Amino acid sequence: MDKFDVVIIGSGPGGYVAAIRAGQLGLKTAIVEKDKELGGTCLNIGCIPSKALLTSSDHFMFAQKEAVKHGIVIDKVHVDLPKMLQRKDKVVKTLTGGVRALMKTNKVTTFEGLGTITAPGKVSIKSPNGEAQEIETKNIVIATGSVPSELPFAKFDGKTIVSSTEALCFTEAPPKLLVIGAGAIGLELGSVWNRLGSEVTMLEFLPRIALGFDLELSNLLQRSLTAQGLTFHLETKVTAVNVADGRAIATATKGSEELRFEADKVLVSVGRKPFANGAVDKKLGVEFDERGRVKVDAHFRTNIEGIYAIGDVIAGPMLAHKAEDEGIACVEIIAGKSGHVNYDAIPGIIYTNPELAGVGLTEDQAKEKGIEVRIGRFPFRANGRALSNEDTEGMVKFVADAKTDRILGAHILQHAASELIAEAVSVIEFGGSSEDLGRTCHSHPTLSEAVKEAALAVEKRALHIVNR
Amino acid sequence: MSIEVKIPAVGESISSGIVSVWHKKSGDRVKAGEPLFTLETDKVSTEIVAEKSGLLTTNVPEGQEVKIGEVVATIDDITTAPVAQSDSPDAKNKAADTKSIPADKTSGNADVLSPAVRRIVDEENIDPQEIKGSGKGGRLTKGDVLAGAQNHASHSPTGTRAADRGESAAASEDGRFTRKKMSPLRRKIAAQLVMAQQTAAILTTFNECDMSEVQALRAKSQEAFTKKNGVKLGFMSFFIKATVEALKAVPSINGRIEGDDFIQNHFYDIGIAVGTERGLVVPVVREADKKTFAQLEHDIAEYASRARDGKIKIEDLQGGTFTISNGGVYGSLLGTPILNPPQSGILGMHAIQQRPVVRDGKIEIRPMMYLALSYDHRAVDGKEAVTFLVRVKECIEDPKKLPLDF
Repeated sequence: MDKFDVVIIGSGPGGYVAAIRAGQLGLKTAIVEKDKELGGTCLNIGCIPSKALLTSSDHFMFAQKEAVKHGIVIDKVHVDLPKMLQRKDKVVKTLTGGVRALMKTNKVTTFEGLGTITAPGKVSIKSPNGEAQEIETKNIVIATGSVPSELPFAKFDGKTIVSSTEALCFTEAPPKLLVIGAGAIGLELGSVWNRLGSEVTMLEFLPRIALGFDLELSNLLQRSLTAQGLTFHLETKVTAVNVADGRAIATATKGSEELRFEADKVLVSVGRKPFANGAVDKKLGVEFDERGRVKVDAHFRTNIEGIYAIGDVIAGPMLAHKAEDEGIACVEIIAGKSGHVNYDAIPGIIYTNPELAGVGLTEDQAKEKGIEVRIGRFPFRANGRALSNEDTEGMVKFVADAKTDRILGAHILQHAASELIAEAVSVIEFGGSSEDLGRTCHSHPTLSEAVKEAALAVEKRALHIVNR
Repeated sequence: MSIEVKIPAVGESISSGIVSVWHKKSGDRVKAGEPLFTLETDKVSTEIVAEKSGLLTTNVPEGQEVKIGEVVATIDDITTAPVAQSDSPDAKNKAADTKSIPADKTSGNADVLSPAVRRIVDEENIDPQEIKGSGKGGRLTKGDVLAGAQNHASHSPTGTRAADRGESAAASEDGRFTRKKMSPLRRKIAAQLVMAQQTAAILTTFNECDMSEVQALRAKSQEAFTKKNGVKLGFMSFFIKATVEALKAVPSINGRIEGDDFIQNHFYDIGIAVGTERGLVVPVVREADKKTFAQLEHDIAEYASRARDGKIKIEDLQGGTFTISNGGVYGSLLGTPILNPPQSGILGMHAIQQRPVVRDGKIEIRPMMYLALSYDHRAVDGKEAVTFLVRVKECIEDPKKLPLDF
């Protein structure tokens, strides 16, 4: 077999997007995936299936609670869970098939098997039936991603103590679901099963949910989810989880209190850890950091010439779009161009209802950095479209430099926050000011007008609220 | 908002001219600084440039005789429309110019200004091309232009813009006075002037010089000089050369105080105050000691022309070590110039006046010019200041003391 220009190990969003870009740049590319389907965690057991269930269950909530407000009377509405799960599976299949097609159209050779770098420029692939082959390449990109983190006293058993993977396919809504870890994954899956009938209790170690997001909006989200039926225990540290007779009993401490929880299922969603098992031969000497992440420089290069790494397996937010951007930048660098990722403009989203989205600095982060800022806020209850939609929960918040008016951060809590945040990311990418956004025409009536108004509010010029 | 394009004053005794060539036509989009038309008078031919960007409407045809001050065109600065060559002729003031999707095939990104930048550039009368953009692709950010507006003011401390007197005036009820808020630029300049006075201990010493030798030399050499160098031999080159000699004799005037230090400059960059329609600017003639008379006259003429066209760049105004200001062109007999911070001295030239003076016990009529040196007494002592001025006088009255190269 001819030598490749680049071999990518891992076909998640980081890997497969890097492969597409490499193909576009005319590089002879191969991608190695240990699983049968391409697409990695995101497509198969992460982003896509979770969003499919979130949307389906959100529609169910609408049918149950909201439809009547619009004068739509639905007598009896119930969930056909197998059908809902089937649809999710179909979506996943469509997308993984799509990735395979994209590999073909971009002339990327796919290998199924565990890819291991045996020497610089050499990757050995062990296929499921045990056969091994070795391919040669000029460059290698490690894009092996991450896996759910485990609690030592609550190891995954695949049945009662589960990770997100199993929580995406419960065959019935567990009567009692205990979620340990109130980050994006815990909040999203907790929401899904709460909507589908579970009694959900969320345990969080920190005094707040949604670490990394704007605190004010996170607190509002917590209030909203509580009203939706979730129970939160913050500053709570789980000390043990015992399983007996198919049920779990968890003990935790909250300050000086000792708490005890019973549940049918326990979802452990305390984070994810980088995964590179079998990707690199130990004697190669590729350096990892103390958290098990591959060490790279600003150009995604490891300490071994010709070996790069991107995505969840290196440092940075564990987000699919971050991996994608890194994959593209890395391959562009390999092709001799300049590749760059702007880590200040990577949005983060929690897909609950309302969704919580943020990009750039929060108020608190700006304060920590000693940057003087001005804040602009606008509530959706003052937005015409939101009112017409009978969906007024949430607000937009901008953080701007007090001197230059440059937008440093944008945060949105709203049903469609994940879409609305994109405009702010764009403006931040161009170094725009709140005034720039405020002076840009926004269609009426849309939710996006709230984004414009929040920008105007920075300079106390919002139109549809009293400026304070 | 529409601005009028008027025929500017291009020299004393010129009261009219001809619009000989239009470089742009009605309906064109023009950018600030672009040449609009050539104005021909019997003395000089000048390119008149656009003061603002926008849509041009011309009022007079080519070949038309026009008076100084006459309005020959208007520029509509539609700030909402993109800067693109559109073929829509009468798109006057229509914010619904939205059909013109930027066919911006010109030099890419830096041309399109963001809304906040457009507003500030407009309100502060800044040329966006003078500011470096720190945004993506070299774009100007709001922060860039805010800083640019500040720099703009602080680098032309003596520059006041007659047109730039800010927002609308409010008349008092009895009409005895009107109140108008000073423009931000004007306020900055005002602050600079006060700062100059409050920082340095400014004193002025006077002397006078007999211009007859220089006049005779000029008369004798003018034709040959002009023919050889393509530029006339004026007075300024003599004074610049004399200044350089005097600065060499009294180095402390060619320095500046910074905090607790005195910094001695070892180069001679002389700022020459030039009057324009919009006020005074002080572009700097670099390495004046190393230039010939012809080069100096050339530099001065170029600066004067660029100043009239509003094309002086910020770099031209920066870094001077000494300044010469000629109040004489306006008729001043004697005056006390203000220092151009952070410089330690400024030479004031004045009107040349035939006066009776005493030479060898007899009264003679000589063309005399009063000279003034304002100086920073913290850096320069009285004796030094007087010595400087005496040296200038000596070099002017006996030009052979200068390195004449013509």
